[in-house]
Amino acid sequence: MSDASVWPVFEDEETEPRPTGPVIQLRGARKTYKSGSIEFEALRGIDLSIADGEYVAVVGPSGSGKSTIMNVLGCLDTLTSGEYLLAGENVEELDEIELAAVRGRRIGFVFQQFHLLPSLSAWRNVELPLVYAGVHRDERRERAVEALTKVGLGDRIDNRPGELSGGQQQRVAVARALVGEPTMILADEPTGNLDSRSTEDVLALFDELHEAGRTIVLITHEHDVAARSRRIVQVRDGLIQSEEVLA
Amino acid sequence: MSWIETLRTSWFAIVSHKMRSALTVLGILIGIAAVILTVGLGLGTQKDVSSQISSLGSNLLIVSPGSSTSTSGVRGGFGTGTTLTQADATALASKVNAPDIKAVDAEKSASEELTAGSTNWTTTVVGVTPSYLKVRSRTLETGEFITKADENSEASVVVLGSETAQELFGSTRVVGQSVTIDSQTFEVIGVLASSGSNSTSNLDDTALIPLSTMASNLVGGSQANTVSTVYLQATSADALPAAYQEAKSLLLNRHGIAASGDADFTISSQDALVSTATAVYKTLTILLTGIAALSLLVGGIGVMNIMLVSVTERTREIGLRKALGAPPGAIRNQFLVEAAILGLTGGVIGAALGVIAALVLPGVIGSSIVLSGAAIGGSLVVAIGIGLVFGVYPATRAAKLAPIDALRTE
Ligand SMILES: Nc1ncnc2c1ncn2[C@@H]1O[C@H](COP(=O)(O)OP(=O)(O)OP(=O)(O)O)[C@@H](O)[C@H]1O
Ligand SMILES: [Mg+2]
Repeated sequence: MSDASVWPVFEDEETEPRPTGPVIQLRGARKTYKSGSIEFEALRGIDLSIADGEYVAVVGPSGSGKSTIMNVLGCLDTLTSGEYLLAGENVEELDEIELAAVRGRRIGFVFQQFHLLPSLSAWRNVELPLVYAGVHRDERRERAVEALTKVGLGDRIDNRPGELSGGQQQRVAVARALVGEPTMILADEPTGNLDSRSTEDVLALFDELHEAGRTIVLITHEHDVAARSRRIVQVRDGLIQSEEVLA
Repeated sequence: MSWIETLRTSWFAIVSHKMRSALTVLGILIGIAAVILTVGLGLGTQKDVSSQISSLGSNLLIVSPGSSTSTSGVRGGFGTGTTLTQADATALASKVNAPDIKAVDAEKSASEELTAGSTNWTTTVVGVTPSYLKVRSRTLETGEFITKADENSEASVVVLGSETAQELFGSTRVVGQSVTIDSQTFEVIGVLASSGSNSTSNLDDTALIPLSTMASNLVGGSQANTVSTVYLQATSADALPAAYQEAKSLLLNRHGIAASGDADFTISSQDALVSTATAVYKTLTILLTGIAALSLLVGGIGVMNIMLVSVTERTREIGLRKALGAPPGAIRNQFLVEAAILGLTGGVIGAALGVIAALVLPGVIGSSIVLSGAAIGGSLVVAIGIGLVFGVYPATRAAKLAPIDALRTE
């Protein structure tokens, strides 16, 4: 390690500098689904770069590959070919344990189907990422309640998902996505199952998160929703068709 | 993820399916209780049997006059004949004639009334030889036993059974007291220690006097030199068959009988009977334990079945947990711990039921059940082990699920 004196070596997570380059970098990303003898190419060479703190909406017709992109970005699925660099790190080289750590620390997910555990109360759902991050239990509860208060559900922390409206459930999911203070929020049609009122609640939360400096990738069908972001990426048939930067 | 957290998550999964978990636990607990009980029952029976062995005397052969398999009307029945004599006993004691016989005790018994002061008590008076204690595996509580000198001088001395002493004197500290038997006065020189219970006859209610005294003073006449039983002690358990052969050929020879089928005596070995009984009980125990172990296996398969259902049912939850940062190990441990808790709960309740049954049952069925800490501890370990072994496959399957496939499951 002779060059340690020249180049500072950062081994500890806390002291790692914020990456100056893009947080997300897809290069020639291809994804082929195989079911039996039938192959389907869902992504056909995507180049996408998202900088730290950006708020990007991915839009496109059904079946165009939006969710596939999102799953790859969230390290839930792997590419068939091409490269995915997350904070400069090649995700393809990580093993299952490292991937789990990346998902837990860097990424907060919001799903169209909420994906809350029905048997757990709201705050127990929200604390889950902290459980796997090894946060102490007293601190977990404190932070979970704090996150729920932030999404306006400070009075519903002990309710189970079944006792909450769809909008409230999605806000619990947002609280869960932000409780671990990830650098990146990935939301796949988070408002797809919500009415306009609840949609507005959730989008307002995203605005706040964006202002707080989080990177947000939002997938949506709806134009009004996409219009809340700062950059719209249009996908069609597994390729990026156009990009539009908003004011 | 800490172990406490894993435990909590697993416990939560168990209590949120109470009925299902209870039935799974039931499968294990029946198996564990059955194993503890059958092993305990087997050990208890073997203990009962072996305590009966030692109450009879060890490595014992019993020679009785008459034949147990009476084929001709000429000879008397088993135990009724007068064909055994003191001379036979002396011959059997010879190291030259019967090297595998260590000691010989000839006995002659009669029912007599004993009187001490104004108290009467009827018991079996037995004329014995000095080797009685050794051959019959008895010990003295107080005093001395009949000696060679007493035998030679036809001394009027008596050794009382502990119960007989109690009946006559209300105490067992009676050495030096006098007892009248058949209008002759005997001096009490010792009291036998209690032999413990015996199912066939009460070994504590007896009065022992020298065989010579018995022969000349109490019975007399033509019966004087006959004995009712000769007890032979073999040099070791392995020497029993040899001792049996030596005694048989010696007695046939002395009685001038050519065919062993015509023998006018019977030699039986209680040890042989007892060891047959022990072997039978052992086989029975192994069989029952095998059945109990099978039911444990079935219980284990029940655990595996429930865990597989649990994994399938919670595929989406597994996917979500992975998306939230759960490494494969945490998922695997969660299911393993869940299976182990099911096993342990079944083990603890099963062991408790087994112990309760072991305490209650002996009073009902009349045979003892031996509970060993090792069996109980072992069965708890086995119960957890079953949970773990049968949980490994479902847990590994859960840990290997690809997050995206798991999340997509409906
Ligand atoms: N596991 C899979 N196996 C086979 N094909 C798949 C699989 N997942 C997705 N696909 C196919 O890949 C294509 C892209 O799917 P994707 O879910 O990314 O679409 P989408 O843009 O999110 O659509 P929507 O707006 O309806 O959610 C679709 O044609 C789909 O049928
Ligand atoms: Mg989709």
